[in-house]
Amino acid sequence: MIVPTRRLLLAAPALLLLPRQADATPEAMAEAVRGFTGGAPVTPGRVALDISPLVENGNTVPLSVIVESPMTEEDHVRAIAVFNERNPQPHVITAQLGPRAGRALLSTHIRLATSQTLLAVAALSDGSFWSDRAQVVVTLAACIEG
Amino acid sequence: MARVLINVPRSAKRGDIITIRTLIQHTMETGYRPNAQGEVVPRDIIRRFTCSYDGAVIFSAELSPAIAANPFLSFTTVATRSGTVTMTWEGDNGFAQTETRPIEVT
Repeated sequence: MIVPTRRLLLAAPALLLLPRQADATPEAMAEAVRGFTGGAPVTPGRVALDISPLVENGNTVPLSVIVESPMTEEDHVRAIAVFNERNPQPHVITAQLGPRAGRALLSTHIRLATSQTLLAVAALSDGSFWSDRAQVVVTLAACIEG
Repeated sequence: MARVLINVPRSAKRGDIITIRTLIQHTMETGYRPNAQGEVVPRDIIRRFTCSYDGAVIFSAELSPAIAANPFLSFTTVATRSGTVTMTWEGDNGFAQTETRPIEVT
């Protein structure tokens, strides 16, 4: 993080005049989910999206997704994707895995611009899609300062 | 070369599920942040991560600006046989880095 300089302070009124960037919306998220599923129905269940419900710093938020699956050649998770509603872009991460993973598990650290709902979708080898939602309250947002 | 932290067990029993954890030093500049002059800093992120082991890609991921700086990824795989785990990060401005770690399977 950069300590505010005099130049930054002078630039502050100009920043206020900048057009506000278009944020992702629930509709944009639904569109991104359709891009991932190809329009197939998504059923809630089998997926566990693990994230702290109250986040103090949106710049780095630990997140894990675990999918209930035997992870065999016949029945495994092909991909896991995470989406958000109110960051500038609805997509967070897409991971491809297979039976060799042993467990359908993904952990990473993400950024959150504001309090919002996150959605994790898992694509299974039989062509079905499962999901889980999580509500997150963010105290200090990412992306807003220089 | 960016600094990396990689956690792959040195040895494992055949058939065990092992956890691989990786972290690479990278700003993951979102492309939405203004600098001191009020101009938007161009995007500079790692877009793709691939991990292969025992002759095949076992895990890959597409990252977006919503991934925090110094991207951390953790996933699992089944220990099949002794060999090398290869991890590759690719991103904007021609960023590419490959790291390997040996694993001994008994």
